Amino acid sequence: MSQVLVVAEHDGTVLNPSTSKTVACAQSLDAEAIDIVVFGEGIDAVAAQAAKLRGVSRVLTCQRGENARPLAAIIAPQLAALANESGYRYVFGPSTTFGKDLMPRVAALLETGQISDIMEVVDAQTFRRPIYAGNAIVTVTTPADRTVVATVRVASYRTVAEDGSASIEAITATAQLPTHTRYVELKSEAGDRPDLQVANIVVSGGRGVGSKENFELLYELADRIGAGVGASRAAVDAGYVPNDMQVGQTGKIISPDLYIAFGISGAIQHLTGIKDAGTIVAVNKDPDAPIFEIADIGLVGDLFEVIPALGKLLEK
Amino acid sequence: MNKVMVCLKRVVDYNVRIRVKPDQSGVVTEGVKMSINPFDEIALEEAMSLREQGQASEIFVVSIGPADCQQQLRTGLAMGADRAILIETDQELESLAGARVMLKIIEKEHPDLVLLGKQAIDNDCNQTAQMLAALWDRPQATFASQIETADGSLRVTREVDAGLEVIDIDLPAVVSTDLRLNEPRYVKLPDIMKAKKKPIETIAIGELGVDTAALFEVTNYAEPPVRSKGQMVDDVGSLVAALREKGFSL
Repeated sequence: MSQVLVVAEHDGTVLNPSTSKTVACAQSLDAEAIDIVVFGEGIDAVAAQAAKLRGVSRVLTCQRGENARPLAAIIAPQLAALANESGYRYVFGPSTTFGKDLMPRVAALLETGQISDIMEVVDAQTFRRPIYAGNAIVTVTTPADRTVVATVRVASYRTVAEDGSASIEAITATAQLPTHTRYVELKSEAGDRPDLQVANIVVSGGRGVGSKENFELLYELADRIGAGVGASRAAVDAGYVPNDMQVGQTGKIISPDLYIAFGISGAIQHLTGIKDAGTIVAVNKDPDAPIFEIADIGLVGDLFEVIPALGKLLEK
Repeated sequence: MNKVMVCLKRVVDYNVRIRVKPDQSGVVTEGVKMSINPFDEIALEEAMSLREQGQASEIFVVSIGPADCQQQLRTGLAMGADRAILIETDQELESLAGARVMLKIIEKEHPDLVLLGKQAIDNDCNQTAQMLAALWDRPQATFASQIETADGSLRVTREVDAGLEVIDIDLPAVVSTDLRLNEPRYVKLPDIMKAKKKPIETIAIGELGVDTAALFEVTNYAEPPVRSKGQMVDDVGSLVAALREKGFSL
């Protein structure tokens, strides 16, 4: 009996595409069934979206006031209890900040280890994952007698089709919930642009952009071509853009069809975040910038001249 | 806060270019520069800054690993920690075993706050803080970019994919640190001299009675697929043409 339990990531209204990508990874396990569990409150819409994901058997909803916000200390004991009682062989979450926060806590409660960032399923017990900022790939075998708790590297998987019709069941998980952790607020500057982790095109800026104001150039270009906007760590550290735009080892690992980098030199930690992109375009003043070593198309030039010229050409 | 515990992991320095051994049995670590995991350094800096604000009295650093870890603990002492504990082992511990060992130290030392990096830059697991918090049955605040103290609790700002999440956690607690929390100080020569007199307690891992057996088996280390250099174009027009040639209908 090998069944997979995937924990859904959502914002209360919309199912995060990371969930679909986690399901895609689960499908490569040849498991008998894949269930999704949604923790939250008033999340019927999210459950309905999860039920459409191809290959999912059941969507379990676990609704209570305490679950309104994704606090690991609150959700972990419920998820661990559910995994234990129902005997799931695999418990998977996305390798996003949500999953990274939650899954190790679940693993420890289940007295087992956790595999981080699955990029490939080799067989039912064996997985590949990156280490050293993606500079080496290890093959890891998990013990046969324990639940496999893991996060899935979402950039390695495509979303699944949405033509399924899983059943939706309300459940309660028997667990003592702590009161020592309390949600205060989420400060988000996210606008209408596509989410970096699902955008087909991402336009990205580095220290070379020079200021918060200059980033407007990138936003304009992005809006013209329907792209998401990312940034290097240097640009975030300099305060040009908020942290949620950071692409790289400690930020978001992304896999757009097209990535256009302006004024990004290409530190190895940044390149880790874009290795899975279809086509990488780099524009930089410095002909020796390391990003040119991996770019499919490179242009040595001043981004302040290139971006407006590019905008004009794309208008025609 | 009375006591702050900071976990320091010895890792290959972040400037070292990692190479996989030809027989794919591991990565080359012989003769390579080793350092404190940069995220852990940020954790220690935060402990120092809490003390400078009068919010912490004692700071001790803990590392698990071979005797060579004393070098990193000495650096931690030079940065300002009062004392150090080395849990000595030649075995490379998995995150769960590491968390179990740290829990033993917590049970002995009763810290009010445990600070450690959100991930180690060698295995990039991002697990130990969360596992430690679970085993200890205490709060966790991962990926911290700001920590404010209150009476018996902390308000922590966390870097999450959607922006910045703020949570309150009761002490004692585990906080894992992100890059923008602070900028670690440089160690000055007089501090290095002073650190030589500070105590490092060594505990053989066997004395702790912790199950540290490996659960996972790493069977192969491989080089990642390499992206090769593409074409260089001379102007924006050629750039757009090259994109269209690749099938982008921009």
